Amino acid sequence: MRKTSLDSVYEMARHDPRVVFIGSDLGAGTLDTFKEEMPERFFMEGVTEQNIIGMAAGLAMEGFIPYVNTIATFITRRCFEQVAVDLCLHNLPVRLIGNGGGLVYAPLGPTHLAVEDIAIMRSLPNMTVVAPVDKEEMARFVPQTLDMPGPVYIRLAKGGDPIVSRAENGFEIGKAIEMRAPGDILLIATGVMTNRALDAAAALEAAGGLNCGVLHMHTVKPLDETAVLDLAGKVKGIVTLEEHTLVGGLGSAVNDLLGDRLGRDAPPVLRLGIPDRFPDKYGTQDDLLGYYGLQPDAIANSVREFASRHLG
Amino acid sequence: MTSEAHIRLVGDDLDERSLALRRLVVRGLDGGKRGHLGSAFSLIEILRVLYDDILRFDAKQPRWADRDRCILSKGHGCLALYAILADKGFFPAEELDRFCRFDGMLGGHPERAKVPGVEASTGALGHGLSIGLGQALAMRLQKRDSRVVVLMGDGEINEGSVWEAAMSAGKHRLSNLVAMVDYNKLQSYDRTAVVQDLEPLTDKWRAFGFAVHEVDGHDVDQLRRVLSSLPFEGDKPSAIICHTVKGRGIAEAEGNPTWHHKSKISDDEVAAMYAELD
Repeated sequence: MRKTSLDSVYEMARHDPRVVFIGSDLGAGTLDTFKEEMPERFFMEGVTEQNIIGMAAGLAMEGFIPYVNTIATFITRRCFEQVAVDLCLHNLPVRLIGNGGGLVYAPLGPTHLAVEDIAIMRSLPNMTVVAPVDKEEMARFVPQTLDMPGPVYIRLAKGGDPIVSRAENGFEIGKAIEMRAPGDILLIATGVMTNRALDAAAALEAAGGLNCGVLHMHTVKPLDETAVLDLAGKVKGIVTLEEHTLVGGLGSAVNDLLGDRLGRDAPPVLRLGIPDRFPDKYGTQDDLLGYYGLQPDAIANSVREFASRHLG
Repeated sequence: MTSEAHIRLVGDDLDERSLALRRLVVRGLDGGKRGHLGSAFSLIEILRVLYDDILRFDAKQPRWADRDRCILSKGHGCLALYAILADKGFFPAEELDRFCRFDGMLGGHPERAKVPGVEASTGALGHGLSIGLGQALAMRLQKRDSRVVVLMGDGEINEGSVWEAAMSAGKHRLSNLVAMVDYNKLQSYDRTAVVQDLEPLTDKWRAFGFAVHEVDGHDVDQLRRVLSSLPFEGDKPSAIICHTVKGRGIAEAEGNPTWHHKSKISDDEVAAMYAELD
């Protein structure tokens, strides 16, 4: 997914002289071809996250379209004020590509996890927040960022994630994709949680009876309110899934929308995500997703229990 | 990299232009009944010389592509910037009467989207040099000969982000970038030497790859001479340490930390300031 996103940046840069790339201190060999062919638009500025955001802002003020790449938590948490003031207040077309969103860096511990990145990015006016499900969707998405007027945060997953997106569904920033038609329950997921949601929905159906739709909310901000509200009227319960803290992410966004718009007419909502405490285990991303009940079997159990409470 | 600093402190007379710009600052203070007076008054001669003699701009086309960019990174000194921008016709001086007011254009920190001539929204400290670095790189990529000047406060350069930007500017050998420090030796709480000593300040900038001059930041001739010799070295960014006096022009405010920011300014205080700047 990371390679796909950076390859897309390279392709855009080849055809559009406004595109520049800024990295912090990325892995050796990153975008070598870009550096070789367009050295004047390739910047590797070292471990200076605050600086590269401001620098990107200055370039964007002058008509360039900077794509900035480093580890997700450092491009959001470390330089939050620069993102807020330099990018969002000025509403500049800078794209932040965050490696290892969520629990990808599980073995490296809580300093490297990005489990509140969506919450803090979506709290900022003008920011767009997107978490694609797989590399094919990433390839459809990144070129669409070229001419967006404001800043965009792109959350990358681990890479090698199963391909579940489909070309025929297309991709439009801010428009959720119905991956599976809703039955009694609607699962709303973002990023790679969508593939877990699809597996859980298939398992529930196979086990008999419970039919779950899956809405892939690749864009968490702006939230596709129309899709959520339309489907909310057709189902008896909604379950949100995110590889993210339960504070302020997708589940919060959906809950806020339903509460504000539908009030007591909103279907019951179950939010699945990471509890409000720092992770205390290492292992792999899959290990931690299992620890937090975010793998398909555990999701299916949570949905089943939720359904039994609300479907009577 | 010579030092031209013959540091004069209080006592020298300000000429009519310097007094007139300070009166515009007081007009803003009166309009908002508040403001960072000390931080603005140390900047007046620096901004005056930049806009009178050095920078290329067109007040009728604030975003003219070939202008020089001047970022007031120490955004709290904005009354001085507003004064010179009003003086140059970027907007009517009457806007100063609505400084900090609910529907005013001029806030307590400058905003790019609101104020013609303001290059960056600043106030959160330590942002301007990185933005200026990006603009200077853009000028180089676009093959424009525009210069980028970033004005910073001495307290501001406590921020680590300033030194991240300085490292990058040195690496890129951006001779079109000028970092100016308004070194009035007083930050909000106390003297910089007490709160966070910056010395040896010239050596610091030099170590980060800048060609450095020191000047008396209230000496118009000296400022003009030094700024006219930019870039100091053809393949380095320039830094100018401007030795200034916080609150310069108002005896009670000079070197007085309680004048960093003033609120609830009375009509009598305003009248006294006008009298002193007459």
